[in-house]
Amino acid sequence: MGINRPHISVRNLTVAYGINQALEDITVDIPDKQITVIIGPSGCGKTTLLKCFNRLIDLTDDVNISGTVMVDGADIYKDQSVDPIYVRKKMGLLSQKPFPLPMSIYDNVAYGPRLHMRHNKKELDTMVEKHLKLVGLWEEVKNRLSDPASKLSMGQQQRLCLARGLAVEPEILLADEPTSALDPISAQHIEKTFAELKKSYTVVVVTHILRQARRLADYIVFLYMGRLIEHGPAHVILNNPKEPKTQAYISGEIS
Amino acid sequence: MRLSAKKTEENIFKVLMITSTGVVVGSLLMVFAVVLIKGAPAMSLSMITSVPQGGYYLGKGGGILNAIVGSLYLAFGATILALLLALPVALYLQKDYIGKSRFARVVRFSLDVLWGVPSIVYGVFGFIIMLYLGIRASLLGGIFVLALLELPIMIRAMDEVIKMVPQELKEASYATGANRLETVSRVVLRQVSPGIVSAVILAFGRGIGDAASILFTAGYTDRLPHSLLDPVASLPLAVFFQISTPFPEVQQRAYASALVLLIIVLALSILSRTIAKRYTKYIIR
Repeated sequence: MGINRPHISVRNLTVAYGINQALEDITVDIPDKQITVIIGPSGCGKTTLLKCFNRLIDLTDDVNISGTVMVDGADIYKDQSVDPIYVRKKMGLLSQKPFPLPMSIYDNVAYGPRLHMRHNKKELDTMVEKHLKLVGLWEEVKNRLSDPASKLSMGQQQRLCLARGLAVEPEILLADEPTSALDPISAQHIEKTFAELKKSYTVVVVTHILRQARRLADYIVFLYMGRLIEHGPAHVILNNPKEPKTQAYISGEIS
Repeated sequence: MRLSAKKTEENIFKVLMITSTGVVVGSLLMVFAVVLIKGAPAMSLSMITSVPQGGYYLGKGGGILNAIVGSLYLAFGATILALLLALPVALYLQKDYIGKSRFARVVRFSLDVLWGVPSIVYGVFGFIIMLYLGIRASLLGGIFVLALLELPIMIRAMDEVIKMVPQELKEASYATGANRLETVSRVVLRQVSPGIVSAVILAFGRGIGDAASILFTAGYTDRLPHSLLDPVASLPLAVFFQISTPFPEVQQRAYASALVLLIIVLALSILSRTIAKRYTKYIIR
């Protein structure tokens, strides 16, 4: 496997909510155009790390961040010229539970494009169709694009959310336990899409399902109690972990 | 034994709940019934299409068109004015803006206190300001004071529904690179639109039904207003003036006036609910 330049570089990142330390001194590179899976037990800081990437962490009250996060070589926290909106636009986000926006299916996908550029109706139609096809939802919804997004099933909603994230044309896709609320078929659908997407996107997936990590990961980051224990190519971490904690987690002794 | 005690407990509370609900619904129905029974005989076309004629308050011909028109002008004017102020305040109170700051707490507390201030106090306050500015009792004065009266209830009602918007929904919008204004105007407001409509109706109801605050500020007249600076009549005051006369036929007209007031509020509630329903289907639960 060729060594790509890192897409996101994290250096000495420490995050605290009030007096609770969530992440401690994390240093890791997220490789470009691969699927990086962040694993670890509940409450280990996986989601926090993910939220640091697109600065969604800014919305949390009473949060303290130190260290650096570089995206494409720019320090997204300290460099004043970097706008959080620009950072977020660069990354699509898929959350744990699908949260479609309170509007029609079409408007959900068109939401991002409408924010960032003036498109005419035809361009928007093309974009909506393209991204709904990308997530495998087009055939199911093409005749009811003006229906409320809330009418879709959970699995469909999650795919719609993915399409909404992709419609902004990001470079990075962040997913926070994206299949945990879904039925197995929908979950499989999402995973398949990820495998397809990594050709053109850097994908970061947080999961606590080890089997999902095995299926998806090119690169694995293992967090435990807010600390980075081990990271490396998936086959190394999964088959020959060095750290005892990683070994214990992979073998299922701790979860 | 233990099990049967639990069952008894359950039953007692059930009876309590049913009785309380019955009392509440019953009182409401009784108010409706009294107004309807006493007011219906005095209802006529001329009652709602003409202004008081000579000797109206002694039982002669005419109607309360002046009060109907006055109340609608006052309440719509005040509600629109209050809405223009309440929406920005309610949004500013959210987590996305000043949120949990001490200032936000102070604002919320002040509004809750203002909510409890008797409306006659608003009336007196408005009257003093108007004296100072040299404005006489008028539609304009009434609108301002009623808007002031409606603001706390409108803002707090909006605040409570906007607060309920899931953080994840806002994050979904922010994650696409939306800024606060875009998130609030395109997602949050859509999500809470039925709640906003309820808040507005609640405030409208309080505004159109209040007598004390407009007693000095809007005045009362048998004529229809032609400008914002004319004094206007209003339904609550029409009820008050007519019920205070010693003539039964005029007192009956007070009930008819109350009936008109009830019908206006009812019609508006139904209309707004129908409109809100069109947006309800988009709401994310």
